[in-house]
Amino acid sequence: MEFGTQTIQELLAGYRAKNFKPTEVVEKYLKNISERDEKLNSFLQVRPEETLKRARTLDAQIDNMSTLPLFGIPLAVKDNFLVNGWQATAGSKVLSGYISPYTATSVERLEAMGAVVVGKVNCDEFAMGSSNENSAFGPVRNPWDLERVPGGSSGGSSAAVAAGLATVSLGTDTGGSIRQPASLCGLVGLKPTYGRVSRYGIVSYASSLDQVGPFSRTVWDSARVMEVMSGFDPRDATSSKRSVPKFTEELNTNSKRTFKLGVSRAWLEGVDSDVAKSFDSALEVFKKMGCEIVEIDLPHTKYALSTYYLIAPSEASSNLARYDGVHYGYRTQSAKNSEELYSRSRGEGIGREVKLRIMLGTYALSAGYYDAFYLKANQVRRKIQEDFEKAFTQCDFVVSPTSPSTAFKLGEKTDDPLKMYLSDIFTLPVNLAGLPGLSMPCGLDSRNLPIGFQLIGKPFGEAELFLASHQYEQARGQFALPSMLKGKG
Amino acid sequence: MSLEKYESVIGLEVHAQLMTQSKMFCRCPNQFGSSPNTNVCPVCTGQPGSLPVINKKAIELGVRAAVALSCEIHPESVFARKNYFYPDLPKGYQISQYERPYSTQGHIVVRLKSGDEKRIGITRIHFEEDAGKSNHESYGTLVNLNRAGVPLIEIVSEPDMRNAHEAGQYLRALHSILRYADICDGNMEEGNFRCDANISVRLRGTEKFGTKVELKNINSFKFVEKAIEYEIQRQVFAIESGEKIIQQTRSWNSGKNVTEVMREKEQAHDYRYFPEPDLPKLMISSTWFEQIKKEMPELPKEACERFKKAFELSDYDASVLTSSKELAKYFEAVVAHCKNGKASANWVMNELLGRLNAAGREIGDTPVSETQLAELIKKIDSGEISGKIAKTVFEEMFATSKDASSIIKDKGLVQISDPAALESVVRKIIEGNPSQFAEYKAGKVKLLGFFVGQAMKETKGQANPALLNELVKKLLDS
Repeated sequence: MEFGTQTIQELLAGYRAKNFKPTEVVEKYLKNISERDEKLNSFLQVRPEETLKRARTLDAQIDNMSTLPLFGIPLAVKDNFLVNGWQATAGSKVLSGYISPYTATSVERLEAMGAVVVGKVNCDEFAMGSSNENSAFGPVRNPWDLERVPGGSSGGSSAAVAAGLATVSLGTDTGGSIRQPASLCGLVGLKPTYGRVSRYGIVSYASSLDQVGPFSRTVWDSARVMEVMSGFDPRDATSSKRSVPKFTEELNTNSKRTFKLGVSRAWLEGVDSDVAKSFDSALEVFKKMGCEIVEIDLPHTKYALSTYYLIAPSEASSNLARYDGVHYGYRTQSAKNSEELYSRSRGEGIGREVKLRIMLGTYALSAGYYDAFYLKANQVRRKIQEDFEKAFTQCDFVVSPTSPSTAFKLGEKTDDPLKMYLSDIFTLPVNLAGLPGLSMPCGLDSRNLPIGFQLIGKPFGEAELFLASHQYEQARGQFALPSMLKGKG
Repeated sequence: MSLEKYESVIGLEVHAQLMTQSKMFCRCPNQFGSSPNTNVCPVCTGQPGSLPVINKKAIELGVRAAVALSCEIHPESVFARKNYFYPDLPKGYQISQYERPYSTQGHIVVRLKSGDEKRIGITRIHFEEDAGKSNHESYGTLVNLNRAGVPLIEIVSEPDMRNAHEAGQYLRALHSILRYADICDGNMEEGNFRCDANISVRLRGTEKFGTKVELKNINSFKFVEKAIEYEIQRQVFAIESGEKIIQQTRSWNSGKNVTEVMREKEQAHDYRYFPEPDLPKLMISSTWFEQIKKEMPELPKEACERFKKAFELSDYDASVLTSSKELAKYFEAVVAHCKNGKASANWVMNELLGRLNAAGREIGDTPVSETQLAELIKKIDSGEISGKIAKTVFEEMFATSKDASSIIKDKGLVQISDPAALESVVRKIIEGNPSQFAEYKAGKVKLLGFFVGQAMKETKGQANPALLNELVKKLLDS
C-alpha cells in the first residue's frame, strides 16, 4: 500500500483493522522524504533510527491504541519548536547546531498520545516571512508547482504534508504563518485563539501574537490534533485555563448547524480575480448549506499591517536578544572584545529580513519614540479587536480569502518587503485580535494552484469553527492533489 | 572647605533578594554557594522557547515588604522588560517592573543619633529578577548563572536624607525590617542586600536639586556612610573650585577610600522598557492581600512594644534589644532560660554588646551562647556568685566560650555564704584593726564600710555581700 495522502482518520482505521503497523507506515513516510524532499527542501533534519525506534514501541502497543488518539501518526515539526534531542534552528544560522535540551509542551502532548515525529521542517528565519525564502537553509518549494513558494513562514510544514511526507505537521502563526502556507498548498491550517495552545518550547518571535497550530488534509484531522494539544500549561503563563472541548466528537455526530458569515467587502478589495471568484463560489456553497451571509464593517483593519509591523518587530527585537553568541548557538571567530563578540555573532548569524525587523522594533521601543509607535500601535490593536467584537454581534464568523493571491514564484517578491507583507493582509488582523482563524482549500486558480478560504471565529470558538468548516468540506467534496502526487497514494 | 554652606540630598535604591525556595520565574533552587551553573534550567539560562512563570511565594514576600514599609499596594501591576546586552544576562533583557510597580508611597521612621526620629519616604517597590554573575579572570570572563532569575525587590526611597548618618540609619532600619519579616536574608557580603545611592549637593536654602551622581554597589553599612561622606565632600569641593558636577555613575573603591567614575551619562543605556508579553498582569486580590497581612511576622516596632511590656524595659532598652532580629531572639532566649528580664537586658546590653562592639563582632558570632549567659545570671540570682565576680566570670566566658560553672570551679570563685566561715574572717579583720574598731565604737559608724571592704578583700571578693554586711554589723555592735 502507498502511504502519504492518508488522513489521521484513515490511518487509525487501518491500524484498528490491523492492516498495517506503525513501523510500516513510518518507514514509508521516511522513504517518501528521502525520495521526494530533494526537490522540496522541506525537511531540515530526519533521524530515521530514532523515529523507527519510537514506531517499534508503538507496534507493541497496537492492542491499546484506543487510548492513544494519535496512534502511529507521522508528524512533521517546524524547526522553531524544541524537541528534546532534535535540532532547533528556527531557520537561522545563529542557531545552527543547537540541540534542544527539552520538548515543547505541544509536541510533548502529541507524542504522549501516539504521534511519531518524522522530522524537523524548514521555515523562514525566526518565522519571519511569507514565502519561506528567508530560511538560512534555502527556500522550500511548493509541491503544486516547484517554481513557486509554499508560503511562509511555516513553508516546510505545509509542503511536507502537501507532498505526503507527513500526515500532519505543526507550525506557528504570528501574522498568518500557518494559514497562508496552508492556503498556498491546499491544506487545512488553523491558528487557534491566543492562549489555547501552550507556547512553551517554541522559539518566540512576537510573544503576544505567536500561536501553535496544525496543518492537515481535513478539518477532522485538525480537530483531532487540537483536542490533544490544547489546554492550560503551567509553564506558559499566557495559556488559557478554559476547558478543551472534544472537538472531533461534535464532528462525528454529523450534526448540522447553520451559521451567519460576515463579509467586509471593503476589506476584500484588490484580491486576484481568481481568488475572488473562488471565494464567492465558496460563499454560495455555504448559502446552499443554509448559512446566511451578512455585510459587516471592519473599519480599522486597514491599519492592521502598520500596527503589526510595529508590535511584532518590537517584541522580536527583545525576544531575539538572547541569540548573542555568548551562551549557545553561532559565535563569531573574529571577536577581539565583548562588543565585537555581540555585534559580529549577531551580524554574521542573523539574516537580512530578521535584522530589518530587529532594527524596526528597536527603533519603535526607543526613548522618545515609544509613545508614538509602540504605544500607539497597541491602541490601534485594541480598535481592531473592537471591530471584531462588534462584527460578532452580527455574525458567527468573519470570512475572507486567506491570501489575496495564490502561490507566487520564487524571487517574485523578495526585493520588495512591502509587497511580501501584503500577502498577510487577511491574516494579520486575526493575530492582533487574538482570534482563531482557519484556512481550508476552496478551489483552484487558472494555473491549478490552490485557493484558501478563511473563517475567523470568536475567542475560544474553535469547536464552532471546526463544525462549520467540516460541513463545508463535506459539501465541497475531496480536494485535488498536487500534480507530483498524481497516481500516488 | 565650607561644607556648612551646602546641604546634600540623598536617595537610596536597595535591591533585596527574596527568601524563596525557588527562583522568580522558574523552579530552580534560590541558593547561594552552589557549584557554578548547577541551579539552572532552560528558563533561567534563556534557552529558546522557554517562558517565565511567576513564583507566588516571591509575590507574597514582596507584599509583606510593602506592608512592613507602610506602602500602598496596587491590585494590578505590570511586569516589563529592561533590554540590555551583558554576558550574565542570558535573555538579553531583565524582567522587572517599570511604569506600573506593585507598590508605591510608603515610609519608615528612623532614629538618629541625636535622639530625634526622622520619617524617610519610599517612592516605590517593584519586583525584578537578578542577573547572573560574571567573574573576570586573567584568561577571560566566566559566567555563573546560579543567581540569574533569583527574585528581588527594588526599594526606592525619596530623596529625603540629608547626610551619611541618616542614610546609614535608613539602611539599617530597612535591613532590620526585611530580616524581621523573613523577607530577605540581608547578607550584604553574599550580595542579597545591595545598595545604590543617588547623591547631589546644593546651597543651603535653595530649592533646586543639584546634579546627581549615582553610587553603585556598596556592600556594607560602613562603606555606605563612608562613600556618601566622601562623595558629598568631593562634590562640594568641585563646586567650590568652580567645577560643574557631571551626571555620572561612580563606584566605591574601599581600598583607596574614594569614589571612582564607572560611566558618564552619555554612556547611559536606553533600556527600551515595554510590558513583558510573556506574563499576564500581576493581580493581587484583596483576599490574598488580607491573608498575607494576617500572616505577617512581628516587625521591629511591634517587638519593641512587646519587650517594653513583657520585660518592663525602658523605651531605649527595648529599642536597642529589638534593633536586629538576631539580637531580639538572643535576648528572648536568655530570658526564657533565666526568667529575669531586667538582668538579661543589662547583661546583654552592657556586657555582651559592649564587648562585641569592642571586638568588632556581630551578635551572630557571639562566643557566649544564650544558655551560657542565662546560666550565669541564674548563678547571681541564686547567690552562688556575686555580681562583681560574675563580671570576672563573664570576661573569661567571652574569651574562652567556657561555661560559667566550669570557670567558677576552676578558679574557685564560688561565693562564700557559710556564716561560720565568714564570721571567722570578720573577727580576724576586727582584731587586726583595733584603732578603727575603737573609732567605730566611739561613734564613727561610717567605718562599717571599711570593715566590709577589708573582709571582702580577704575573701578575694567571694563573700556573699548581703550576708557579710549583716555579719560585720552584728560583730561590731556586739
